[in-house]
Amino acid sequence: MNELMMASPMARAKSELTGNQVNVSLAATFEHTVGTPCCDNPKIQTKNVDVFYAENHAIQDVSLDMGANEVTALIGPSGCGKSTYLRCLNRMNDSIDICKVSGDFILDGEDIYAKSQDPVLLRARVGMVFQKPNPFPKSIYDNVAYGLRIHGLTQNKAELDDMVEDSLRKAGLFEEVKDRLNAAGTSLSGGQQQRLCIARTIAIQPEVILMDEPASALDPIATAKTEELIAELKENFTIVIVTHSMQQAARVSQRTAYFHMGRLIEVGETDQIFTNPQHELTEKYITGRFG
Amino acid sequence: MSLITLIFLLLVLAMFTYFIGKQKIYAQYQAQPKSPGRRILTLPKYFGYVAAMWSLFPALLVWMLIELIEAPLINHQITNYLASQQIEVGENLSLYLNEIKNIEASHLADIEPIKQAIYHRYTQLNTLANNSKNVIVMAIALLMSIYILKRIKVDTAARKIFEKIIELILLMAASIAIMTTIGIVLSVLFESVRFFGEVPVMQFMFGLEWSPQTAIRADQVGSSAAFGAVPLFLGTLLISFIALLVAVPLGLFSAIYLSEYASVKFRTVAKPILEILAGIPTVVYGFFAALTVAPFIRNLGESIGLSVASESALAAGLVMGIMIIPFVSSLADDVLSAVPKTMREGSLGLGATQSETITKVLLPAALPGIVGGVLLAASRAIGETMIVVMAAGLAANLTVNPLAAVTTVTVQIVTLLTGDQEFDSAKTLAAFALGLMLFLTTLVLNMIALYVVRKYREQYE
Repeated sequence: MNELMMASPMARAKSELTGNQVNVSLAATFEHTVGTPCCDNPKIQTKNVDVFYAENHAIQDVSLDMGANEVTALIGPSGCGKSTYLRCLNRMNDSIDICKVSGDFILDGEDIYAKSQDPVLLRARVGMVFQKPNPFPKSIYDNVAYGLRIHGLTQNKAELDDMVEDSLRKAGLFEEVKDRLNAAGTSLSGGQQQRLCIARTIAIQPEVILMDEPASALDPIATAKTEELIAELKENFTIVIVTHSMQQAARVSQRTAYFHMGRLIEVGETDQIFTNPQHELTEKYITGRFG
Repeated sequence: MSLITLIFLLLVLAMFTYFIGKQKIYAQYQAQPKSPGRRILTLPKYFGYVAAMWSLFPALLVWMLIELIEAPLINHQITNYLASQQIEVGENLSLYLNEIKNIEASHLADIEPIKQAIYHRYTQLNTLANNSKNVIVMAIALLMSIYILKRIKVDTAARKIFEKIIELILLMAASIAIMTTIGIVLSVLFESVRFFGEVPVMQFMFGLEWSPQTAIRADQVGSSAAFGAVPLFLGTLLISFIALLVAVPLGLFSAIYLSEYASVKFRTVAKPILEILAGIPTVVYGFFAALTVAPFIRNLGESIGLSVASESALAAGLVMGIMIIPFVSSLADDVLSAVPKTMREGSLGLGATQSETITKVLLPAALPGIVGGVLLAASRAIGETMIVVMAAGLAANLTVNPLAAVTTVTVQIVTLLTGDQEFDSAKTLAAFALGLMLFLTTLVLNMIALYVVRKYREQYE
């Protein structure tokens, strides 16, 4: 994805913005998901997903696959259900009493919501990075060692040291913090904190990493670093990222899914979605006419 | 004219001043030429408030001053009168004056003529003082009202002045609390110094025997009083320790359950019920301890061959522990709930179980608040009296055996000061020294806890 490709729809959006608000009626334009919800090498497959918050139908009949070792971006206007959908993938919504999830969630052929599935072990396989950096109020070292310790992944102190260093290196943070591993994690800058949270997540070597707007609380430079990191991480992990920034989705992802009011409107190769959207709503969103 | 009438009149006057002042400004606003642009004006009521304050406050101030000098002035007059009548009262002047003041009019006929005369003189002076006080106060209020109503103008900074007055009132409220604290500490300190004049500090602080009964006559038994406070402090610490041993785990665990595991429905019902524990009068806990828990413990002890005193530190400590559970649980619950949701999700997202999340992330983050709650509970336990009086006894035993009867500092203060006591004996003064020591103990405890919290807290954000 290069800058030229991005420039054309954005420029078009600017020239077309004449002040009259675009009013898109969902019922009038939506029939079914456009594009290719399935992919060749899926890590996670979901089918006919519905989510209710009490009476509120937050996700309606969404089917979507996320390919192994690639980055899938979920985009859409605020309140479209993309974060809710993401949190279903490692059962983070379990703790919300009023939240009811139905549909098929398959991770490597295994049902995520099966009775026999332990959500705790599932979350060790499907890790999560949150919108606001949330390092624990512990030292940098202890933050990364946290998951390793609770899962007993190392035999001795030396091994633990190695794993912590390795994770920090992979998160591109080690050089910046190697002299102060015992300093509080909260003493780092926002971007460093977020990379610390990523290091903490990859330390336990999950198969999938879910990222809920990981750069929205960061400045442009920290955002750029985080994006570079995501691009590197996809070599070893499957990544699903929710983002508000279309440029970010275009830069880091291979596949993009566009959500609107609880529906999955369109999904496809990122290049195709941003240069040649098939659905009217997708086009209006990525050209900046609402959202 | 009685006190109530005077206050009523002052308030009525202030109200009138308020309305007239407000009306005056309102009229002035109306009279002003209409300017084209909209200007924001101070509301007339502020001028009213300021005028009312001017009418009220100086009068109240003068009233207070008069009250302060009134009594000495009358006493002085009576003394002069006594001197002029050649009546000798010697050293007991104040006693004599008190006697005169306490004479009731209906029994006047039964009293010796000299005292009758003095009584008449006294009533006369009193009435005079009262009347002149009323007149002066009302006059000042009236004069101030008239003055301020003449002075007050549209360009008076009424809003600003009103703001200052509010600030002053708030400052007064705050300083009353502070002054009271300082006053109490000073009074305890002075009485303690008097006590230490009679009993050496070292003997008090490190003496191992406590028996405050002083002989009034030389031939009485037990004339040698001993003021060693160690048994009392040991008893206090023993009972408080037992209480905390009960309250900290129970309180903390219930707080964790309520904030992390319980459903919203259960929590809204259970939390108030738990907090009711703190609202039960301690005397009720006291007879629960004395009548139910203490006999139970004694029977239990006997059945396994232990000798248990019928009043034991264990009984008092257990019941006290139940009493202070809410102090621990309520505060711990609040601080646990205050830990950001992102901390929980971060930990759960790494595949930690709920209990791992609580012990490794939430509790360390909430530590300062939890220690604060425990401390509050500890100071309640140290200061608690009723339960100990009823369940642990009065015997000042030097022991750490929880099955023996012990006594505490507060209980001894109560027994030293109840009933008719002379206020210059070492026995009574000892109560103040104990109070001072107790105060210092809790102060030191607080400082230690503050230090611990600062050093070990894990700060989120």
